[in-house]
Amino acid sequence: MDSADLNALWLTLKLASIVTALLLLIGTPIAWWLARTQSAWKGAVGAIVALPLVLPPTVLGFYLLLAMGPHGPLGRFTEWLGIGLLPFTFPGLVIASVFYSLPFVVQPIQNAFEAIGERPLEVAATLRASPWDTFWSVAVPLARPGFLSGAILGFAHTVGEFGIVLMIGGNIPDKTRVVSVLIYDHVEAMEYPQAHWLSGGMVIFSFVVLLALYTFNPARRREG
Amino acid sequence: MSSDIRARFRVERQRFTLDIDLALPGAGVTALFGPSGSGKTTCLRAIAGLERAAGGYLAIGENVWQDATRGHFLPTHRRPIGYVFQEASLFSHLSVRANMEFGQKRAAPAVPRFSLPEIAEMLAISGLLDRHPEQLSGGERQRVAIARALLGAPQILLMDEPLAALDLKRKLEILPYLERLRGELSLPIIYVSHAPDEVARLADHLVLLDAGKVVASGSLNSVLARIDLPAVFADDAGVVIATRIAAHEAHQLTRLEFPGGAIFVSRHQQPPGTPIRCRIHARDVSLALHPPQHSSILNSVAAQVVDLAPTATPGHLLIKLDVAGTPLLARITQRSAENLGIRPGLALHAQIKAVALLA
Repeated sequence: MDSADLNALWLTLKLASIVTALLLLIGTPIAWWLARTQSAWKGAVGAIVALPLVLPPTVLGFYLLLAMGPHGPLGRFTEWLGIGLLPFTFPGLVIASVFYSLPFVVQPIQNAFEAIGERPLEVAATLRASPWDTFWSVAVPLARPGFLSGAILGFAHTVGEFGIVLMIGGNIPDKTRVVSVLIYDHVEAMEYPQAHWLSGGMVIFSFVVLLALYTFNPARRREG
Repeated sequence: MSSDIRARFRVERQRFTLDIDLALPGAGVTALFGPSGSGKTTCLRAIAGLERAAGGYLAIGENVWQDATRGHFLPTHRRPIGYVFQEASLFSHLSVRANMEFGQKRAAPAVPRFSLPEIAEMLAISGLLDRHPEQLSGGERQRVAIARALLGAPQILLMDEPLAALDLKRKLEILPYLERLRGELSLPIIYVSHAPDEVARLADHLVLLDAGKVVASGSLNSVLARIDLPAVFADDAGVVIATRIAAHEAHQLTRLEFPGGAIFVSRHQQPPGTPIRCRIHARDVSLALHPPQHSSILNSVAAQVVDLAPTATPGHLLIKLDVAGTPLLARITQRSAENLGIRPGLALHAQIKAVALLA
């Protein structure tokens, strides 16, 4: 492995970590709302969150590219802020990845919140816990398996993305060239040994992640 | 009395509409009793603020928790209540001790009347504090839930069929603790139940609910002794009298005294002075115009007929009696009633064939 490979590896891990942290931050309130609301908008919002599951990454990437471009709303906004345009930058990649991996984080957390049911929250209220207190001291700890699944899936899914990176980030060394893109480069250049190193690494990484997911996340304990 | 509880709720449900207006005593155990779907649990939830009743009013003593006319509604987490659900509902991510401390911490600066070790001792869960909820039996879990509710320094304890999810053995395991709580806590308890034996053992005040309406509300005995209502406990019309062990006597007998008389029961283990509740079924009481002299029935008390009413059993009447202030019910045949000339005001003798000791 040369330094280009290591840089791509480092960039990939950095991207996945930042995206996972952001997704936990953004995904948790969305998951809570989806799990608890009786609003008529629940279906629509749930469907929008789930869109990346079914759309080809290129479609998502295409529209994000337009939105972040000089004529898109997001692009105008970022230019107005004075930070320039996002496509082909690392921050652009982060934003695209957040959209792309959103359902992988929201859905496990939402399921976990739903599995808690109404009762523990009512019990907490009868024990003087305010809704905010209840959320942190009861709902989040009880939904821990969901957070774990969401974080692992979000991280792994971001590591594995390819199409959207090409659409938004291109292939700029040290900036947007992540492992999946680099493997493609290696293969195109007939550098099979390098491609093997990285691809094999991805296979092992994915296996370890899923193993961890299934090992440390046993069936939820029955409520006492 | 300023510590009384006033509750007025109207809650629309698919199956029924809860529409109640209650004045309850601010002490002792009040049982909300009725068939399932009668609105007992909804009523309890409305008191806790878990159910938002439109147009409701609720005051515990001088504290108004809900008053729709002023748009006032105290959310559940700001009401000083203890709530015991049907299933123990312990937090599965916390140890028994942490479960118990959950409410205690949040009740501060209010301090529970008993410390955690004292309550753990009272409910015999001291040895379980470091365990996790899933390591406990159903009965143990429910005792922890009761302890947890008490440690929140409640001003009122609400219990929603706390024994219904338990089998008979566990039930019998917990009932004595509940009786102890009734004795040791000067805390009003509202107890939802559809089990006659629990109500007979625990309640001081009884509210009968049916299809969301209050059918009767009063002291346990005044409600049980009402003959104008369909028998409260289905076929088992009867009263519950509060007695005290007066003495252990010869022939393996114990004498129980109550205002109005005394009855003999088989030798009881508890020392004299111990209060004991007895349930006397109407079917176990027969009537005689003269003091029975040649009878194997041990217990006979002088009584006066208050009223009579037909029962669900054809050809039988329910007679309400007054034994120097203590009500008693007798079920006799219509024919006997005519033969004896039973009418309100008649003085006679009630023979009690059997007494069920509660506890």
